Amino acid sequence: MKHKVATTVNGRRHEHEVEPRLLLVHHLRDNLGLTGTHIGCDTSQCGACTILVDGKAVKSCTMFAVQAEGKSLTTIEGMAKDGQLHPIQQAFWDEHGLQCGYCTPGFIMAAAYLLEQNPNPTEDEIRKGLEGNLCRCTGYVNIIKAVQTAAKTMSTAPARKTTVTAGGN
Amino acid sequence: MAVTQLVGAKIHRREDPRLITGHGHYIDDFTRQGTAYAAFVRSPFAHARIKSIDITDASKAPGVTSVYTARDFKSQLAGTHPAAPAFVAEKKYIPERFPIAEKEVCYQGEIVAAVLAETRGQAVDGANLIQVDYEELPAVMDTEKAMAKGSPLAHEGAADNISWDLTYTGAEVSDAAFKEADVVVKERILQNRLAPIPMEPRGVLAEYETYDKKLTIWMSSQNPHFIRLFVSGAMGLKESQVRVISPDVGGGFGSKISPYPEDYLVPALSRLSERPVKWTETRTESIQNATHGRGQYYDVEVAAKKDGTLLGMRMTQYLDVGAYVGTFSAFQACACLMAGGAYKWKGISARTIGILTNRVPTDPYRGAGRPEATHLVERMVDLVALELKMDPVEIRRKNFIQPKEFPYTQNFGLVIDSGDYEKALEVALKMVGYEDLRKKQAELRKQGRYLGIGFSTWIELCGFGPSAATAPATGGIALVESAQVRVTPTGSVIVYTGTHSHGQGHETTFSQIVADQLGVPYDSVELRHGDTSEGTAFGYGTYGSRSLAVGGVAISMAAGKVIDKGKKLAAHMLEAAEEDVVYESGSFHVKGSPDKAKAFGEVAFASYGMGLPEGMEQGLEAVAYFDPPNLVWPFGTHIAVVEVDAETGAVQLQKYVAVDDCGNIINPMIVDGQIHGGVAQAIGQALYEEVVYDDETGQLKTGTMIDYMVPSMGEIPTLNLDHTITPSPTNDLGVKGIGEAGTIAASAAVINAICDALSPLGIKHVDMPASPDRLWHMMKGAGK
Repeated sequence: MKHKVATTVNGRRHEHEVEPRLLLVHHLRDNLGLTGTHIGCDTSQCGACTILVDGKAVKSCTMFAVQAEGKSLTTIEGMAKDGQLHPIQQAFWDEHGLQCGYCTPGFIMAAAYLLEQNPNPTEDEIRKGLEGNLCRCTGYVNIIKAVQTAAKTMSTAPARKTTVTAGGN
Repeated sequence: MAVTQLVGAKIHRREDPRLITGHGHYIDDFTRQGTAYAAFVRSPFAHARIKSIDITDASKAPGVTSVYTARDFKSQLAGTHPAAPAFVAEKKYIPERFPIAEKEVCYQGEIVAAVLAETRGQAVDGANLIQVDYEELPAVMDTEKAMAKGSPLAHEGAADNISWDLTYTGAEVSDAAFKEADVVVKERILQNRLAPIPMEPRGVLAEYETYDKKLTIWMSSQNPHFIRLFVSGAMGLKESQVRVISPDVGGGFGSKISPYPEDYLVPALSRLSERPVKWTETRTESIQNATHGRGQYYDVEVAAKKDGTLLGMRMTQYLDVGAYVGTFSAFQACACLMAGGAYKWKGISARTIGILTNRVPTDPYRGAGRPEATHLVERMVDLVALELKMDPVEIRRKNFIQPKEFPYTQNFGLVIDSGDYEKALEVALKMVGYEDLRKKQAELRKQGRYLGIGFSTWIELCGFGPSAATAPATGGIALVESAQVRVTPTGSVIVYTGTHSHGQGHETTFSQIVADQLGVPYDSVELRHGDTSEGTAFGYGTYGSRSLAVGGVAISMAAGKVIDKGKKLAAHMLEAAEEDVVYESGSFHVKGSPDKAKAFGEVAFASYGMGLPEGMEQGLEAVAYFDPPNLVWPFGTHIAVVEVDAETGAVQLQKYVAVDDCGNIINPMIVDGQIHGGVAQAIGQALYEEVVYDDETGQLKTGTMIDYMVPSMGEIPTLNLDHTITPSPTNDLGVKGIGEAGTIAASAAVINAICDALSPLGIKHVDMPASPDRLWHMMKGAGK
């Protein structure tokens, strides 16, 4: 039996019929074609599938698609606007916060939520805030730098901050 | 190189815009019209006989289109899994391996059946309905017991469990050294079995076009050309009929070099079903089936004089091969050849034994043999220092190969091209504040606190490699590298390389080299790789820190050939003699007359026109192969500072300093990133990671990321880096490799620091992972 699920993703409304067991991450990737959200484990450890659900960072493998009914989602594809990178994306680029890039979308989304909650995190707060995301390439050194740089940029340009949670309805 | 603007500069990676916006293309992002999804049924037992397989229920399951067992693939696939002789020419026993088991399964996870269905979920549902009747056999899980007479066998019908047993140098080589010795220290050193865990699991999408007889494979691979070679051979196709495309690769660390059963089965399923077939590995499948690394132990003895002069070493490597011999498994035996490290020895006796067990095969994992060698020699040098009550810095200084001694022929005949080991050590000592740390350590010891300082003055060999060494090692194909540089009529440049980045940023660094050398804008250079149908006839892949030192040099050579042809044409256009034309900053001009010039773009355009010099063909492009005259030899010093909690045994990594020398640096940002990641992986080995199987049943106990601990941000400290630069004389760019350096160096630094911390308790050696549990027990038991 299939269920209807209506979501707003990156500001656009979508309606699909899905199996009740379909995970949100598979819905995003396979039904919506938003392949920027990645799958790195089967057990919700790695955080590669992190997105924002009503502004809150969620590992999208921990939700069924049907649980997203009526919710507003932001994926990595919704972060850059009008060809302009989000300051967190820009900071990951500037600070070499990625190598293979597979974990990167999840880190950027988790960082977006962290900085929304705590615009000026200490290094320790960043480490605690992002320990639910795993990276095998960078040793995290430059990811931490990227989040620090993004925090600085965003504090001087607060208008950009709103784009993180603006799912739109 | 003539002009240097981009080389050496921190150029932001051109790969990143797509990757940070979610527009990268990893394997699971691909699909084809009409794709069927594959799921595999895998053995739950480490060792068992397959009595029967009942596919009735699965065949009737919703969405399932077909079910296949070993027999169905007999018409599709021929031969056995390739195993390169590598450094162990005298292989004793390589068990036959077909990609799907028919009668016997030899590790948990080995494939016994395949299901195709309309969706991924239906394929998995179908696979769950297949009933396999197994008769369990005793599993061989302990490498030491596996060598004993009368041990159960990893494969039924085998003579024993020994895959290879090779003595590189006998006892006679170190006899004299041991006779002179004032002290001899002995230790058994374990190398914990590790799962590489690239964040992107593997995946294969294959489309066989029945009427064209052409096969396209999309897969996540470090090594697409070798995959084409192996898979085409097994499927009875010509290499030219097969195209392998490896798109953005989400990490590899060695686990995406060798072919896997699925790499054969998915294409065969496509040919059988006449549909595109896709399979994406789950994380549990990955930990269960992707090749593991390390999984060894060493018995080592070192002889020294009482003044700290190192004399001789005797070492045996016991290597857990796993259930089958990995394609490049025997390469790990290079740990023997590198066991002498950065030091001078009178003689080293080395032997390697490869032992078959009922675990997943081991194969190269970041560093492959060299982390083991470094760990071994750096541990042993510290043990000698401890015995002689010497400072670990002093013993190292005393025994280093000296700068004036390079090129230095070491004990196994390998020629170390260059080095300045003491210089890197001095920089690192200053950075870490060594004197002050020793004072602090003494104070803390009075308070019952355990601070330790650990050194790793590491060296490696990389950049595989010279044809004379590598062709015999692979069974014929030399691991040289090829490149093609093509200039379009309007002067933009497309570069093809046979290496393939899986996070190293080759699109950026290789373009830096070409833009500098041709004097053209960086943005006009495009790098292509990872597709066997584009560019080079054969590519050798990315592993063993070889891409820059071999592939980058080939690219530079091809660019040089383009300039040579350009000069000829420019001379013709300028009505000058060729030898009077010089090329500088993107312009050909007559010596002494800079205004008599033709820009690179003008010459490129002219090369596609008429009126070329007699005998010159149109176009401006060149192919080059680089067969390096030697390997390259990076080195450095890493220092770890730890405190071990007296109550819990938990290790706090307080400071980490790394001074590395990889010769000339193309992009310092990327070099530092490689070191960061490498060090983090070695910290993982030293403190957290271990693949654990149940000793009796052979069940994998660390089959998810819940049980297998990949370090998170909470575990890896800030890493403080610096460099010395000793250009390699082996290639014109003066470069060495850096991809594996961090992993090669760091485990020894961390463990040496822990041993140093715990030395007041009489603890001399600690195995990995140095978990709180292990250390707590050791500390509790100390002195008893």
